Parts: sequence; C-alpha cells; structure tokens
Amino acid sequence: MKRVQFSSASLPYLYLLPQLAIIVIFFYWPSVQAIQSSFYLEDPFGFSSTFVGLDNYTDVLESSSYAEIARFTVVFTLLVTFLSLSLALLFAVKADAVLKGSSSYKTLLMWVYAVAPPVAGLMGVMFFDMHIGPFLKFADAVGWDFRIGLDYFDTAFAMVVISVWKQIPYNFIFFLSGLQAIPKSLREAGAIDCRSGFRRFWTITLPLLAPTAFFLLIINMTYALFDTFGIVDVVVKDKAANNPITLVYKVYMDGFRGGDIGGSSAQSVILMAVVFVLTIFQFRFIERRVHYN
Amino acid sequence: MATITLDKVRKVYAGTMEAVKGVSIDIADGEFIVLVGPSGCGKSTLLRMIAGLEEITTGEVKIGERVVNKIDPADRDIAMVFQNYALYPHMTVYNNLAYGLKNRGMPKAEIDKRVKEAARILEIDDYLDRKPRALSGGQRQRVAMGRAIVREPATFLFDEPLSNLDAKLRVQMRVEIKRLQRELGTTSVYVTHDQLEAMTLADRLVVLNKGNIEQIGAPIEVYDRPASTFVASFIGSPAMNLLDVTSDDAGLKLVTGTGLAGAASGLDRGRYTLGVRPEHLEIADGAASGEGLSLEVTVNVLEPVGAESFVYASFADGGPQIVVRVSSHARHQPGEKLYLKAMPQNVHFFDADTGKRID
Amino acid sequence: MYRTRITDHLILILGSLMMIGPVAVLFLTSTHDAVEVHRHGLMASWGGHFLETYNKVLFEPGGFTGQATGMRMLMNSMILGIGFAVGKIVLSMLAAYAIVYFRFRMGTFFFWVIFTTLLLPLEVRIVPSYEVVQKLGMINTYQGMIVPLLASATGTFYFRQFFKSVPDELLEAARIDGAGPWKFFIDILVPISKTMIAAIFIIMFVYGWNQYLWPMMMTSEEVYFTLVRGIKQIMLVWVGSQIPDYNEAFALAVLAMLPPVIVVVVFQSWFIKGLTESDK
Repeated sequence: MKRVQFSSASLPYLYLLPQLAIIVIFFYWPSVQAIQSSFYLEDPFGFSSTFVGLDNYTDVLESSSYAEIARFTVVFTLLVTFLSLSLALLFAVKADAVLKGSSSYKTLLMWVYAVAPPVAGLMGVMFFDMHIGPFLKFADAVGWDFRIGLDYFDTAFAMVVISVWKQIPYNFIFFLSGLQAIPKSLREAGAIDCRSGFRRFWTITLPLLAPTAFFLLIINMTYALFDTFGIVDVVVKDKAANNPITLVYKVYMDGFRGGDIGGSSAQSVILMAVVFVLTIFQFRFIERRVHYN
Repeated sequence: MATITLDKVRKVYAGTMEAVKGVSIDIADGEFIVLVGPSGCGKSTLLRMIAGLEEITTGEVKIGERVVNKIDPADRDIAMVFQNYALYPHMTVYNNLAYGLKNRGMPKAEIDKRVKEAARILEIDDYLDRKPRALSGGQRQRVAMGRAIVREPATFLFDEPLSNLDAKLRVQMRVEIKRLQRELGTTSVYVTHDQLEAMTLADRLVVLNKGNIEQIGAPIEVYDRPASTFVASFIGSPAMNLLDVTSDDAGLKLVTGTGLAGAASGLDRGRYTLGVRPEHLEIADGAASGEGLSLEVTVNVLEPVGAESFVYASFADGGPQIVVRVSSHARHQPGEKLYLKAMPQNVHFFDADTGKRID
Repeated sequence: MYRTRITDHLILILGSLMMIGPVAVLFLTSTHDAVEVHRHGLMASWGGHFLETYNKVLFEPGGFTGQATGMRMLMNSMILGIGFAVGKIVLSMLAAYAIVYFRFRMGTFFFWVIFTTLLLPLEVRIVPSYEVVQKLGMINTYQGMIVPLLASATGTFYFRQFFKSVPDELLEAARIDGAGPWKFFIDILVPISKTMIAAIFIIMFVYGWNQYLWPMMMTSEEVYFTLVRGIKQIMLVWVGSQIPDYNEAFALAVLAMLPPVIVVVVFQSWFIKGLTESDK
C-alpha cells in the first residue's frame, strides 16, 4: 500500500458505499439465498417451501443425468482449454517471429474477442447447418452423416469448435504480449547457447511464458464452464433433450424452465464449490511450479 | 524564514522497527543543513517527518516557534523537492507551479507574477506551456525547484533531488541549488547519500547511521576530525584507511604483527583503530625517521584517475590493503617497496570497540 | 538470428482466414435473399440485397409484438454497453481509491468483501439473482439489466492495480500543495488515469454489449431487447419456420457484432494494454 495515506473517519466509507451496496444486494444476498434454498423444497406454485435438509444435494448427485452432464462438462472444458490455448500459442509464436506484417496479423487474429458468444454460436450453427452449412459437404466427402442438434456427438463437436474459435483471440493477445515482454537480451543469450529453435522454445521461451499460460489456464476453464452459456444455448436451440449441455446450462434449465428452485440452487452451490476449489488450486499448487522472474 | 528544531525525534514502524532513534538538531534561520548517510540510516524518514508526510512517534518538531507535529503538510509553510520530481504529468509546467498557490486561494494575478518570477530565476520561461514528459531530466529538475520556490516557504526540503541526473548535470545543478539558497536565504534541509554533494552544499553536515546522529558539524570540521570510524569511512573518497592496531610499551603494532614507528604518543595500552586518509600519506625516501607515522608496504596496483593516481598496497605480513594518493606522474610497479609517512596531526585514533574518536 | 520462414506466414494466414472467414461469409450471405440461401447454402459472393435487407432489419418492426426494430435493439445495446461501462468505472474508481489511498480500520475487511465477488460469476447465482431483482421490481427496466451486472470486482481490481503503480510522491507533492482527498482524486488521479479509464471503458463496453443470459432473463418485453438478446429470437424463428429469413437473421447478427468489433479494432493498443497489464 501507499507510504502516505489519507486518514478520515467517513470519506473511505462514503467512496466505498455505492460499490458495497450493489455487491451486498446483488451478490451476497442472492448467494446466501442460493445456499438457503438449496435446503428447501418449493412447491410448483411457489407458495410454500419445506425444509428437506440435504435431499436436494443427494437427488442431484445421485441423478444419472447430472452425472452425465458433469462428465460432458469436464471433457468439454478440458478440450476447449487445451485446443484454444495450443492454437493461440502457435499463432502468437508465429506472429512474434515474423518481421513483416506482424501488426496486421495481430489485428486479424484478435478482433474476434469482441464477438458475443451467442453470435459466435449463431455463426457456428449456420456453418454446421443441415440445409445451408458448408461443413456438411466436407462431412459427406468423408462419409460422416453430420446432424447437429440431433446427434449427441455431432452437436458436442460443433460446440467445441465454436467455443475454441471464440476463445483463441483472448489467449492470443495474452501470449503475444507475454512473448513480447521477454527481453531481447535473453533471446540473444538463448540464440548463442542453443542452436535448435525448437529446443530453445521448449527450454527458454515456454518457461518464461509459464506465468501467462498459468493465468490463462484458469481463465479458460472459467470461460468453458460459464461464458460458453450463450454458445450452448444457441446450438441446442432450447431442445436440451438429447443434446450435450454444460452444468451451468442445467442450473438455468432446472431453475427457470423446470421451476425446481431447490434442485437448481443445490447445483449452484456445487458449482460455487468447484469455482472455489479452482481458485484455491490456482493459489496453492500450480503457482509454486511457475517461474516468476 | 524560520528556524527548525528537532527535539528527541523518534520513528518506530510497526511497533518494533526503530528507524530514527531520538534525534535532536537545532537548525538556524537561513542555514543549509545536509543529512547524509547510507541507505536505511533514517535520513529520508527524518526529512519526511519535518514535512509532515510521516507521523512522529515521539519527540517534537518545531518550525519557527510553532510545534508542527499535528499540522498538515500543506500548512507547515514548507516546500519539498522529490527525488523523482513528482511533477503532475497531466499539467503544464505553469500549472505545476501554480497548483499549490491556487489551492491556497491566491489571486490569479499574484500567482501569475510568482510563477513568471520563479520561471525567470530558473530559466524555464520557454517551457511554461509544455507538459513534463516533453522536458529533459535537467529541465524537470528545474520545474521541481520552481514548484518549491513559488510558494516562498519558510523552509526548503530536498529529498535526494539530484540522484536521477547524469554526472555532469548533477554538478551543474548542485552549484545552482547552492546559489539559489544563498540568494533566497531560505532555511534548507537536504538529504543525500552522496558525500561529495553533502560536503559541497552544506553549511553544516549531519551524518546519520542506523537512526542515530554520528556527527554534526561544518563539512571541513567533519572531514578533519571525524567523530567515529563510521564518519571517517563515509566522508572522503577514497575512504580513510582504517587499521586495527595495539599499543603497548614497545609502541604501536598492527594486530597482524608489523610494528609501526612513531605516532603512539600518549596512548594507553590496548586495542585501537588507526585512521589516515590516502591524501595524507606521503612517500618517503627511506625507512622511518622523525615524528609521525611511518609504514613500509608493497605496491599491488597503481590506479590512475587523471588528476591523481592511487596506489593500493599491502603490508609484508598480509593484513589490510591501504590506499595512498600519489601524483599522476608517479610510476610505481607492482611488487615495489614503498615507505610511507604521515604527519601526527593527520593520524586519527578511534576506540576499537565503540569506534569513537580518541583525542 | 531467427529467419522468418514461409511456413510462419502460411500458418498466420490460415489462422487469420479461420478468424475472418466465417464472419465474411455471414456478411455476404446476408446480402442475398432468403430463398436463394435456402436453395444454395451459404454464399461467398455479393448478393446485391444489402440495402433492402439492412433497411428492413433496422427500421421495420419484427418479432412477435412488432415493437422491436433493429434500431431499437441497437439503442438498447448501446444503453447497456455504455451504461454498464460508465457505472463500472465510477463505482470501481471510487472503491479502489478508498482501498488504496485511505488508512481505515475496516479496510482489509472491505477489500475481501469486494474481491470475493471475483470467485463467483453471475451465471452460478443466476436464479436467486433473478428473484432478488424481481422483488425489487426491476424486471423489464434498464436498471435491472445494468445494475446487477455491476456487482463484481473486476473494475475495482484493475484500478487498484493501477493506483498502486502511481508513484507515492505524487500524493505527497499534492498534499504539500494543499490538496485534500477529493481534490487529489479529481485534480490529479482521474486525469492521470485517462488511458486506463479508456482501456477499461472499452473492455467493459464490449462485456456489457455482449451480455446474453442476464438480459434474456431480465427482459420479456421486446422494447428492452438488445441485439445480442435478439439472437435468441432469431433462433426461435429459425427452428419454427420452413424457409427461415436467413438473410435477416444474419444481418441482425452482423449488426450485433459490428460496434464492439469496431471499438476493439480502432482502439486496439489501449484495449490490449488495459487487458494485459491489469488482468494479472
């Protein structure tokens, strides 16, 4: 903190008040309510609710459909994180290496950051559409009877492709600025010490990028878990029945469409726990293995 | 104009770390005081307590007749020049100078007059419309000075204001600060870790070490009669040679064994630290004779620096290396044997345990 | 030294095509008429119905109640994007200022109260949030759309990092110059944060503009629909009809991405600086 600070009995509270008020009303209140209603069963009309203890949790955790959605969410998260990170890293390394046109490539590769996930989803649906989608021609050529929205695997495939496409720019921006932050002298020292460019990448560049990559790892997992909601919603077109969905989508489905407030709240609390663990993991375990300056 | 009185001023951080340990100084009206010491000696903390930027744990700071312990920095009638200048980056030079005056509610015409006057004195009239980032280091330094001058304060406080400048500019600005202070006659407290800056600027030096005052005095006094081994090694460049010696009936000896002729008059038996400056050692024709200190050493290396050269030499039995200033024309070869001599008034003795001067 | 190889450029060109291709096709297809698209699939050529389609989408009411023109949705998106960005900046600058520049007893406690919000995204507590907003009677209002989204610490976090990097001496010099807390904030801190504010404005504008789930829940009346929210409507129509109005759907999607894309591309350097320097 600052060497010199103001001291005042009321001012800091006054400055904090607007932010705190909003956080208390729209963050803490709902969060507490989520936890509370996860222990209650509400009747379908919302007139009364009864305390049911951990029933909502056991119902959720024992349900086979929840387990299946959880499994899909894990696979989806890992695939999206891995693919978007690797592709972005590839592009960043190349954009950093070329002398000419570097800034044009940068613009071309980053601007999709501004596209909303559901708009990306719409484009994906159009691309994979059974009537007008050009992908169908490729699929036909290799004998793949591609049916988005009808076939579980095909829909999942489209979801992953769209989610990766949407996330590449974000990772690219961070990898590129991470690469550009590596001092020139260090690259020169590397060039003198190590002849093979490939080896140099693995032994010098990558370890120096580790803090960036680690930061992105967590961000990407959060992205795949939560921010892909718009993509999932557009791709499954409200017909979740036979389609893959993520856990967040299920919270929304059960809470809003199904009117199962208790079950939906229990799922919310479980997701909160997952995010908490992710964050703790971030601070405790991985950070130690990363080289910081 | 004002006097500044520090009375047993202490600063304790986080309840345990004592950065300033009860410092008392009386600063006369119009005096230029330099606080000097290595980093972490508490000099900046002391200055910041005078400025009101740091709370005083115990003790009292008076500016003029007023105790200012609880008074806001803006109301202490001080101005401060910071090491990194702390110019407001989004304001023009003119507004940088005027900001403090505006906050005091001074009339526009008066502000304008003062800013123009300060700009004239500092020769920054041409840059008044520029932003700080369009100025060179030296110009920024002048603007920082200008911001202090326009306030017409009772006291100037300088926190290492020259350490971000290159060597040549530093000398130039040093002279300028001295001239300005003479002209304005404003009481000034100046913090630096550079002993040369301290020597050239100060009316009186305050040498600080670990939160305590080691010595207060005019620069030449401090140089001639350092109060402790710390001051002896801090003031002067290269530093004073300090040798651990023992005194007994036979005379003076290095702790490593070599006997030293002369210079032991009147010392009790025991261990001492003997100090002699490189510039006070002369090369003699032969072995010891007459009064004063005589040494016999072997040359390790000769280091010419232009106007003069320095010989680094050691004693036959090892022991510490000593430095001797010689003429730039001297040609001494490594391995050559030298006889050195120093006048008795140039040989200092310090208590081996406390490091305090013994007269 | 490293020499650029042809393969480097090849990879980058392929990547760029991958990013830009789908959007180009989307735009080009939107200039054809719906029957043509239905018959021949997506188009990679100029269709000549640009003015006609975009005119219809922008100015003729569509949807179910016939209230939401493209213009109306564009305006709603603007309100959401700008309202969110401005709200975020004002709230978070004030909060970060209190946290960084004041010494007060509850400081650490409030710091944690605010920063805990980074742990739980809105999506996780979406149902109870909806109930709270409903209780407050804010459904189908702009406040209801914007204010709950402000309940997170991202902006506060950015500004806290930035304020911490401002040299201490600036505050000290200002205090000697007689500036109190509010004067220092307005005269010094806000002006020197200009670039940071611009960067955060861009990031937050894009974030607000692109909101989907929350506006979808908050608004049932079409007059409040945003462009991104409108995508949902497009999909419902798509599912229901024999020959969907592909061209209009795509035109709407183009409109939905145009403003944020322009902002990000034009203010690229600020935006990247803001994103990468403060996100860690």
